Amino acid sequence: MAVLRAAAFVSVFTTIGIVVSLAVPVVNFFGKVSVWDFLTGTDWSPNLAPQSFGVLPLVGGTLMVTAIGLVVAVPLGLGAAMYLSEYASARNRARLKPILELLAGIPSVVYGFFALSFVTPAVLQDLLGMEVGFTNALSAGIVLGVMIIPTVASLSEDAMSAVPQALRQGSFAMGANRMQTTLRVVFPAAISGIAAAVVLGLSRAIGETMIVALASGSQPNLSADPREGMQTMTGFIAATAGGENPVGSTSYNTLFAVGLLLFLMTLVINVVSIALVRRYRQAY
Amino acid sequence: MTTKPATANTRDSVYGAANLAEVADTGEHVVPDLPQEPVIEATDLNVYYGDFHAVHDVNLAFGRGEITALIGPSGCGKSTVLRCLNRMNDLVIGARVTGAVTYHGQNVYGPKVDPIEVRRRIGMVFQKPNPFPKSIYDNIAYGPRVTGMKVDNMDDLVEEALHSAALWDEVKDKLKQSAYGLSGGQQQRLCIARTVATRPDVILMDEPCSSLDPIATSRIEDLMLEMRKDYALIVVTHNMQQAARVSDRTAFFTARPDETTGNRTGLLVEYNLTNRIFSNPDDSRTEAYISGRFG
Amino acid sequence: MTTTQIKPGRRREEGTRVLDTGQNHERNAGSLAFLVALWCSLAFGVLVLLVLIASTALDGAPRLDANLFTEYSSTLFEEETGVRAGILGSLWLMVTTAVMSVPLGIAAALYLEEFANPTRWYNRLIEVNLQNLAAVPSVIYGLLALGLLALRGFRQTSLVIGGALALTLLILPVIIITTRESIRAVPREIRDGSLALGATLWQTTWRQSLPSAIPGIATGTILALSRAIGEAAPLLLLGVATGIRFDPNGILSQFTALPIQIFTMSSQPQEEFQTAAAAAIIVLLVMILVLNGLAIYIRNHYQRRW
Repeated sequence: MAVLRAAAFVSVFTTIGIVVSLAVPVVNFFGKVSVWDFLTGTDWSPNLAPQSFGVLPLVGGTLMVTAIGLVVAVPLGLGAAMYLSEYASARNRARLKPILELLAGIPSVVYGFFALSFVTPAVLQDLLGMEVGFTNALSAGIVLGVMIIPTVASLSEDAMSAVPQALRQGSFAMGANRMQTTLRVVFPAAISGIAAAVVLGLSRAIGETMIVALASGSQPNLSADPREGMQTMTGFIAATAGGENPVGSTSYNTLFAVGLLLFLMTLVINVVSIALVRRYRQAY
Repeated sequence: MTTKPATANTRDSVYGAANLAEVADTGEHVVPDLPQEPVIEATDLNVYYGDFHAVHDVNLAFGRGEITALIGPSGCGKSTVLRCLNRMNDLVIGARVTGAVTYHGQNVYGPKVDPIEVRRRIGMVFQKPNPFPKSIYDNIAYGPRVTGMKVDNMDDLVEEALHSAALWDEVKDKLKQSAYGLSGGQQQRLCIARTVATRPDVILMDEPCSSLDPIATSRIEDLMLEMRKDYALIVVTHNMQQAARVSDRTAFFTARPDETTGNRTGLLVEYNLTNRIFSNPDDSRTEAYISGRFG
Repeated sequence: MTTTQIKPGRRREEGTRVLDTGQNHERNAGSLAFLVALWCSLAFGVLVLLVLIASTALDGAPRLDANLFTEYSSTLFEEETGVRAGILGSLWLMVTTAVMSVPLGIAAALYLEEFANPTRWYNRLIEVNLQNLAAVPSVIYGLLALGLLALRGFRQTSLVIGGALALTLLILPVIIITTRESIRAVPREIRDGSLALGATLWQTTWRQSLPSAIPGIATGTILALSRAIGEAAPLLLLGVATGIRFDPNGILSQFTALPIQIFTMSSQPQEEFQTAAAAAIIVLLVMILVLNGLAIYIRNHYQRRW
């Protein structure tokens, strides 16, 4: 019993561990750099003199790639969910859902390779004739979006399937067709669950590392042009981690400062998502 | 109408003298022996769910200005028959219908008939109130919007529909609030108003009061009597007193178990004026059921 | 009677009773376009999956040779570089992760599902915590493992045990959640039946709930491991290098992993490394596919339906 409880508490210790292990280097970091400069500075060059620790270019890169990912994943994920929940027969749903979920089982480093070796050269450059660099936010964002389609689709499908059959029957009895029933009754009734799905997709997109490390570029770049390469927060962490970072060095501490910011962002998003799920569970 | 003395006692024991008075009250509403120019007619209707024969050879005619009650023990197919009339059974996978259902003489199951067009003319109210998770106003406006009705003024239409379900005075100040804030009886009247808003001429009700308390039930019954003159109302009920109180005609169904499989197939036993069914039924099974000796 | 005045709604006019309006509302332009759009959404993901597999297989086919499996990575002979160390490292990593995470995960799940009083604040804390941990980015777990090892004074962090620590923490929430679902799927009656015979809660859990839930637990755990084996980000943080030229021989051995080698080779400009990366991806995907197939097999053949 005590053993079992201790095992359960590992999760709490993990969280405490994350906070503590992030906190020590971060405190050291902010002994050197002011919080204000870190959060509002627009120049990120932690390794080259003159050093500068404005994190906004990394945040901008993260938001750009995430936004592109959501533009891809939300409509496609919702479309797939609506088909599975409202149109597919039970048998087809049982067949199609695992195939869709395979997309989530592909390692992200493989998606990164795919973005570099196929999406950028074959789709963006050759097929669409775009002027994009070898690494660019667009390619990383699109592939990232494909990766989170199952996250959005699976949770949204759960939310829509949970809508009581009586509501659909009511709509059909009014003379609505399936599209009207799906869009005007089922979708609004499931909206908080769908929002939770999108928010969870958002959190996965922000935290995704390998795709952006490979395909989004390694130059901090505060730009609104998705065709340019731009480093994200996770991309910076991955790039810096590969080098030599003695414990206590500035680059080591910088790693943790960016990591903490990332952790806090995803934490807030997760809390929102959990609250939304709880709301839709209570709805019926 | 003749009343056998022998069944008079039984009848009193079933629905009491007070209710009898109400039946007498509405007695001025004169109904012909058979529906004239029936709005809906079912001929040799059989329903199957896969291999399961759910309903056997039902013949019924429903007239305008009348309330018809479908009664019988559970599993007798009365709800299934109701759902055939507006093709709601099409939504059940494996459901199959043979025979004919006509609406103003047109085959509801005709090859060129879209079930959605059928449902736009034959409204339905369900067992449990099922308002959409929208505002009261949007619940009413839903039907006209999805059916593409030409509406000059939606506000007027919403008000009219709510008046027709006797709900306007209770909700006129909170039209923009969620329908889930209403009580069960109010929700059910909202569902009736929602159906009326699409201007059907037949309204099917599938045990509309079974989840409501007696006061809410009585309000719905009053409403049904008010609506009678404008619509053909077809009501499935498990409540015999309700059938006796509100309906002009009653169809009694029962279930017959198959000798080999044991599956119960529903069939129509008797269809007649309500007074007659409850006072002097032709079939002994009907009499057994209404006198509570069904077993 | 009610005091509310009832005004009857307008009834359908004579002219609008024709059923055959020549319209089909499920097959009109809007509905069909909508259906096609839904189909495309679903097909898009499947299409990308197929293109990804096909293009990678084409890229990597020339290097799916014996050298890939027998050689260590080499920067001198680019066309003969291999991922032997990566494959072995990933296997070591997976087994170590399983040994660490499975008992811990099952123990925690049993506690939460069978013994914990959900009204106690600390049990609620664990619940909320688990939900949050399941969505923490994997790279953060790398930082955690790095920070923990640094606090413990480890100089060298790119050891099997370090990587397994990070991956264990990463998949623990997943294992706990799927185990709880499997235990919950065991019907109440079975537990009640055991308890009614005088068995203690411990005996009931140990002899009834847990054995019945094992196929579900196994399926969930294998799927979690198949995710772990493809993870590169946490290992990157621990400084796991590509150029390891020996087989790992224990949990304190330095190692490299297949996803790390793929990452490094993909980042190289040389064509040969790109080809080798594609070939290594095929190997990784096959490993993941085998694990998934195993999970599906267990689910279909051993999972009991209640």
